[in-house]
Amino acid sequence: MVAEAKAGAPLEERGPPPAIPLLARDDWRLSELAFWLAPVACGLLLKGYLVLASRIFVTGLFAVSLDLILGYAGILSLGHAAFFGLGAYTAGLLALHGFGEPLAGLLAAGGVAAAAGFLVSFLVVRGNDLSRLMVTLGVGLLFHEAANKASSLTHGADGLSDFHVQRLFGLFEFDLYGRTAFWYSLAVLFLCFAGARLVASPFGLSLRGIRERPGRMAALGTPVHRRLVAVFTLAAGLAGIAGALLAETTQFVGLDVLGFSRSADLIIMVVLGGVGRLYGALVGAALFMVAQDRLADLNPVYWQFWIGLILVTTVLFARGGVLGGLARVQRALARRPPP
Amino acid sequence: MGTRLIGVVFDGIAYGSLLFLIGVGLSVTMGILRFVNLAHGAFAMLGGYACVILMRRAGVPFLLSLPLVFLLTGAVGALLERTLYRRLYGAGELEQVLFSIGLTLMSVAAATYLWGPSEQPVELPAFLRGQVHPFGLDLGSYRLFLLALVVAATALLHALVARTRFGAQIRAAVDNRAAAAGLGIDVHRIFNLTFALGTGLAGLGGALGVDLLGLDPTFPQKYLVYFLLAVTVGGAGSIKGTAVAALLLGVCDIAGKYFVPQAASFVVYALMVALLALFPAGLYGRRA
Repeated sequence: MVAEAKAGAPLEERGPPPAIPLLARDDWRLSELAFWLAPVACGLLLKGYLVLASRIFVTGLFAVSLDLILGYAGILSLGHAAFFGLGAYTAGLLALHGFGEPLAGLLAAGGVAAAAGFLVSFLVVRGNDLSRLMVTLGVGLLFHEAANKASSLTHGADGLSDFHVQRLFGLFEFDLYGRTAFWYSLAVLFLCFAGARLVASPFGLSLRGIRERPGRMAALGTPVHRRLVAVFTLAAGLAGIAGALLAETTQFVGLDVLGFSRSADLIIMVVLGGVGRLYGALVGAALFMVAQDRLADLNPVYWQFWIGLILVTTVLFARGGVLGGLARVQRALARRPPP
Repeated sequence: MGTRLIGVVFDGIAYGSLLFLIGVGLSVTMGILRFVNLAHGAFAMLGGYACVILMRRAGVPFLLSLPLVFLLTGAVGALLERTLYRRLYGAGELEQVLFSIGLTLMSVAAATYLWGPSEQPVELPAFLRGQVHPFGLDLGSYRLFLLALVVAATALLHALVARTRFGAQIRAAVDNRAAAAGLGIDVHRIFNLTFALGTGLAGLGGALGVDLLGLDPTFPQKYLVYFLLAVTVGGAGSIKGTAVAALLLGVCDIAGKYFVPQAASFVVYALMVALLALFPAGLYGRRA
């Protein structure tokens, strides 16, 4: 008993555990409501940016799905785009063959991607960190190569186009200005996020435990493997929904939905925003996409250089990303005695 | 058919030995220094460009450029280890992966800026061009030369690690860092030299690979998967494992491209996922 307490002591002295206040409670906070009002205001006021905004929502959902496995379970996936692409192709192919109902497409894509994620998770969960990295990378490449070669189904490098997505609820046509796409993707993002947030609170706590000390969690009676399989499946399903959302709102599916750079960019976004905070994924996705849009005039090669530089400096000097930095500022302010 | 098969296997072995030469440095970094260095391909690319530029601008002969390239990339590796990599030895995998992806992206952009996006040609000396025909086989001279060089380098490397004082210090520092430091071994210096050795070999491989793999700014991303494959399938930290995996990979890739061109990379990726599923720690890896 005494030895136990002593062994535990250094952990306590490390300071407070990385608490995630936005997730520690189940009730929604005021700051969160404000966060979600911002895109609504943007949709009402900035009509010229609807297309960019819906791409941000899609990417944000995708980033949230990665944060579930990276930030909570600590599984670094280099091939998460596999599930995004699977969802996009599922929705695109359904629409191409006449089943263009958007919500049904979304659910089907999520189901297919979750099923694939479930199967892949057994390969991923087995190994150590390094082989996890490689298995996810290999699965991503495998999916990309499969889609590339199966051109009779996926139209290879040309991509799927010319498919028609029906009116949402039979009422709202996906218009050229992206109005329907905007509200549709915002609503889907919000619903999925709320779902992920609910799931993340008690379940996420056990995942964080697994990330820190798998052995101890197993000793406490947590079914470690089953939890990891569950979160991987969930994350794959959400990524699939994000992919379907992209396919439906842009009415195009290219081979790049499965590309390695999509997986790599995604990791960058999550890290820029702050890992393990869910909101960090959204913030990172928004920052990344806006920066990419603003810097589109630049040669893409030089854009890569700046992204690389930002990554290196973030890792060396600013761990925790934007939200991590904000939390530090907040803590510093709270510690200061009132005047 | 028989000679053609032998030809394919020979090409595969030459290709695999090149992958080994580049990958062995990565195996050392990942297995021994415990650093997931996704920027390893960038050092190979640096070696390739250094070789091309030494030959074209300074008129250095090909054979002389090889040791120069080895020293140059090794020095760059040592410098980066001292200034940047060292800060992240204890950090998590995510930090290391991000850091080295960032470094890779910067190296790609820098190479494009300095040398343009096009593929760089290399002018091999006359005695390395063409083919030789022992026993009625058609074997590329350059591939034979490459093979001989890699065998020699491997023998030297093995002797270095197993027989010399420096090798003993490396093994001691890896097995128990604190105890090695307590015995007066300068662990920092050992790690620095080990890292430099790995990057130097990568640079040498990159220079030798210009003719076989091609050289353009996307090189680090294009071949990273192959190097990583050789290392993880073989088991990080194991020289023997990396060699076996690299040869296996080389032969499978060339044979796949030759016999089933419509599914070439598919074969390699599927093989990798299957092998990793069966041996999560690699063929010769130590279980963590």
